[in-house]
Amino acid sequence: MKLWDLAHSRTGDKGNISNISLIAYDPKDYELLREKVTVERVKAHFKGMVQGQVVRYELPNIHALNFVLYAALGGGVTRSLSLDMHGKGLSSYLLDMEI
Amino acid sequence: MKTIRIGSGAGYAGDRLEPSLELIEKGNLDYISYECLAERTIAIGQQAKLKDPSKGYNSLLEYRMEKALPLCWKHKVKLITNMGAANPQAAARKCVEIARKHGLTGMKIACVTGDDLLPVIDKYMDAEVWENHRPLRELPGEIVSANAYMGVEGILKALDMGTDVVITGRVADPAIFMAPLIHEFGWALDDWDKLGKGTIMGHLLECGGQVTGGYFAEPGKKDVPGLGHLGFPIIEACEDGSFFVTKVPEAGGMVTVETCSEQICYEIHDPENYLTPDVVADCKQIRFTELDKDKVKVEGVTGKPRTDTFKCSIGYKDCFIGDGEISYGGPGCVNRGKLALEILKERLELVAPNVFEELKFDLIGCNSLYWNPDYQYNQEPSEVRVRVAGRAKTRAEADLIGNEVEALYTNGPAGGCGAVKHTRDIVSVASILVNRHDVTPQAQLLEV
Repeated sequence: MKLWDLAHSRTGDKGNISNISLIAYDPKDYELLREKVTVERVKAHFKGMVQGQVVRYELPNIHALNFVLYAALGGGVTRSLSLDMHGKGLSSYLLDMEI
Repeated sequence: MKTIRIGSGAGYAGDRLEPSLELIEKGNLDYISYECLAERTIAIGQQAKLKDPSKGYNSLLEYRMEKALPLCWKHKVKLITNMGAANPQAAARKCVEIARKHGLTGMKIACVTGDDLLPVIDKYMDAEVWENHRPLRELPGEIVSANAYMGVEGILKALDMGTDVVITGRVADPAIFMAPLIHEFGWALDDWDKLGKGTIMGHLLECGGQVTGGYFAEPGKKDVPGLGHLGFPIIEACEDGSFFVTKVPEAGGMVTVETCSEQICYEIHDPENYLTPDVVADCKQIRFTELDKDKVKVEGVTGKPRTDTFKCSIGYKDCFIGDGEISYGGPGCVNRGKLALEILKERLELVAPNVFEELKFDLIGCNSLYWNPDYQYNQEPSEVRVRVAGRAKTRAEADLIGNEVEALYTNGPAGGCGAVKHTRDIVSVASILVNRHDVTPQAQLLEV
């Protein structure tokens, strides 16, 4: 099963830092997300793309996790060489993770 | 209990205009705020201002104000915007000109200044740059702008003068939405709980359509009605800081628990400590309740004392980015695309050894968005697009990249097509912290 089946997501950027939410459609799946989508899993999933640390925050009442990925955007929107300078497509990539 | 209604007129510099006009006409609004400044916008505006002192504000200001000012005047809606960018004074004068043309006699227009720290930037040369942890003096390019993210103070000064239209430069995005609440309800500037609520309200509004179903649709899983005429959001807030999010009924889009959940997490980092110049907002325990169709109540938000510092964005001349693209289609297209990339690597080594700070080689359709080396692609696409981008110190060097890509027409693999090339002059942004007492927000009133 992919995260795409259980959750939705949106990405934002500040400088060279990416912020990716992961929100369970069904509140009952929130615990599963907490258990499976660890900082280590996310860091490995973004191998080669994210240079810095990954931090996970929790918003329990809206059954959401919020990931902050440091040194993730090739220098940030102004000087990134990526086609997706903001890294806005990273949310779709997170949802491709198998759990 | 007294309530006020605030609409979001724009979520970024180039946003659509009609949804905001619809809000002014049909939203029963007291205020409308247009958020139009990205991180780099002011640096670019500052360069425009250097060439022409009457420029440097948002390039859509005239287009928007021609329509919005007469409507706001008619419907008694006050307008706040950061479209002043690098030149709020000139933007305000332009608004006066437009208001006069439309006969809006008596309209009060103010500009808010104080964010521009470029004249005093020398005193911050030892400040640490967030992006590289080095002192500002070691920044590798000429500084062209320096703007502090101010809070609500300057906007409040303007509103206290009875202003109808407030034009700012750099202020924190939520401030242009929260200032009316503080002004109308008389909240104290150290009532952290209410300022926390007001800031999160502003955060939900600041990206326009992103809370009404924009940037949300996933066909079959998250369907959104009427995206071609997406409505922008309205917030109705009470004196005690409680509020709900809604939209004009006939507008497209939707306001649901899910749309609000995506937007609350957007760029917020630590939900317990959302840092702004006015307050440290805390929305870790936020709850959304659907009161009615397209009407979502927001609860569980509070705030903590603000910090003593302002973030200051420094724009500097960084480099040139050159890029080129060319497509390959049909059977074998991935292998021809890979061959093209190999040729380009060799060519750039040959014609410009050690010139580029960094180069990126993409196969659009396979690995341009995600380049985890272990990522497995699902199937052979019917077409791919080769893309090479790189950073160089001079325009002439950056131009070499696009030229080499284009030369694949006659020198590369079979069937190369649709080549394009660009070179961009890059102004980058570095961030430092400055003492908030170094920044004096001011408001200046102009009358039509």
